[in-house]
Amino acid sequence: MRNAQMRVFRGDATGGDFKEYTVPVEDGMVVLDAIHYIQREIDPDLAVRWNCKAAKCGSCSAEVNGRPSLMCKSRMESFAEGEIIFVEPLRTFPLMRDLVTDVSWNYEQNKRIKPFTPKEDAKWVMYQEDVERVQEFRKCIECFLCQDVCHVLRDHDRKDAFIGPRFMVRVASLEMHPLDQGDRMKFLHDEGGVGFCNITKCCSEVCPEDIHITDNAIIPLKERIVDDYYDPIAKFFKTIFSKN
Amino acid sequence: MRKADERYRLDIFCRVQNIAEELNGSQNMTSTKPADIPNKQFLSTRREDNWWLGPASIALGFTLFIIYATVRAFENQYFEVSNLLSPFYSPKLEFDWWHYSPAILILWIPAGFRATCYYYRKAYYRSFFLTPPACGVTGIGGYKYCGESKFPFIIQNIHRYMFYLATIVLAILWWDALQTLFTAGHFFDFSHLQFSVGSLIFFANVIFLSGYTFGCHAFRHLVGGGLDCFSCTEGSKTAMTFWEKVTKLNENHQLWAWLSLFSVGFTDFYVRCVASNVIPDYVFFSLAK
Ligand code: SF4
Ligand code: SF4
Ligand code: FES
Ligand code: FES
Repeated sequence: MRNAQMRVFRGDATGGDFKEYTVPVEDGMVVLDAIHYIQREIDPDLAVRWNCKAAKCGSCSAEVNGRPSLMCKSRMESFAEGEIIFVEPLRTFPLMRDLVTDVSWNYEQNKRIKPFTPKEDAKWVMYQEDVERVQEFRKCIECFLCQDVCHVLRDHDRKDAFIGPRFMVRVASLEMHPLDQGDRMKFLHDEGGVGFCNITKCCSEVCPEDIHITDNAIIPLKERIVDDYYDPIAKFFKTIFSKN
Repeated sequence: MRKADERYRLDIFCRVQNIAEELNGSQNMTSTKPADIPNKQFLSTRREDNWWLGPASIALGFTLFIIYATVRAFENQYFEVSNLLSPFYSPKLEFDWWHYSPAILILWIPAGFRATCYYYRKAYYRSFFLTPPACGVTGIGGYKYCGESKFPFIIQNIHRYMFYLATIVLAILWWDALQTLFTAGHFFDFSHLQFSVGSLIFFANVIFLSGYTFGCHAFRHLVGGGLDCFSCTEGSKTAMTFWEKVTKLNENHQLWAWLSLFSVGFTDFYVRCVASNVIPDYVFFSLAK
């Protein structure tokens, strides 16, 4: 059995540092197991948030060697022998303690989005081809790794102007829903900050559910925004057809 | 502090008058981080892989292409020989009042199409503008960043119009490729049918360019992506089949973008070599006597 050298962030909002741990590696072990080993055998007060250990609850988000990842999906055998494994909290959200951050800002953004608004005469029959696009977005486990890596929130701190990729996905899931009639375009343009995204795709790179956030949610939304705000011809046709 | 989005609605340019004030005001929204965790310094990251390799190679590739295309556009010779016309100079626009290279009159269309393409935007925002240079690596701009919400990058919204123009140019390039199938001066005269290395290169080029152009995100939206219900009408059902096909191309848009960028440069290079008598255009077969 080999040992892994881990450096885990210990501290809170007032300060902290990386602490070194040596953890025996077993077959099939993930970074979250290593963190549990440290909690069990070395430092019982190490704070970590987790729940399912099956990459389905989205609680164990952290940064492993600088990459926003689910700890329960990061296999120990993917690190080279002797490689030091850094585990630290999400950088984009306020630190509470050790590996736990306060992600409540995200829930506030969610509340700003107009909920599902069905058509009055909606016939509640849906065909696969109509819901397929939306189903991809429903896979989201709200791990907020995309929010963490998005440079608009992470580097530029534009939480005052941009709701972030996770909520672009939510808006897309509602806007493309065949039975929804709510209009979220003005919100997206004026308050959601769709223009802040420069489609650099880091959100898609880190998504553990492999949602094509940029290609399938954000870019289609940007094109809908072009229809409404920047393309006079599309606007003209849209007005005529919606009147008819 | 005024709410940031109010301020942004008033100001169409990407600038912040008093960054210090804004930063103080928005402090309650920013994360509190322990001193040890660097966040704001340019290029700070915990990543130890070669994250810089991707953006650096793309920057190199773009720079080389831009230098080559600029030199060729201004060279104003060796762009046409026999039945081969360089894609940089096609359609050849010749006017009495224009005394410079005809390429300049046409190249702004493919250049504008690529510059506003969603894939290229991603690539050059990372490689040249460093916003961000790579995922999890701090980029530049700080709080005054405003992406594509303000001038200048708000102009990217014209992409679909560039797409319309680019399809016209593409149709002309197909026409040029067809010309390579007949000996010069005998277009559509089937007794002068021929197939040369030039034909091969011209057809490869237009196929790559078509794969790139018709996998465009704006086109994907226009053919059906803008609909919420595919099964509702006969028209929307047809739109869905188009949308699915464009989606297939779109999934590899990055690959098509690079293949077509390379092929268009190579096609021009081949024409230059033939036109300057460095190599002949080898003919595989010809029906002309
Ligand atoms: S593509 Fe847009 S939303 Fe996704 S990480 Fe980049 S800037 Fe953020
Ligand atoms: S979109 Fe993906 S990365 Fe973002 S919160 Fe959902 S599952 Fe996580
Ligand atoms: S513990 Fe549930 S996603 Fe990792
Ligand atoms: S998105 Fe690349 S060509 Fe339109």
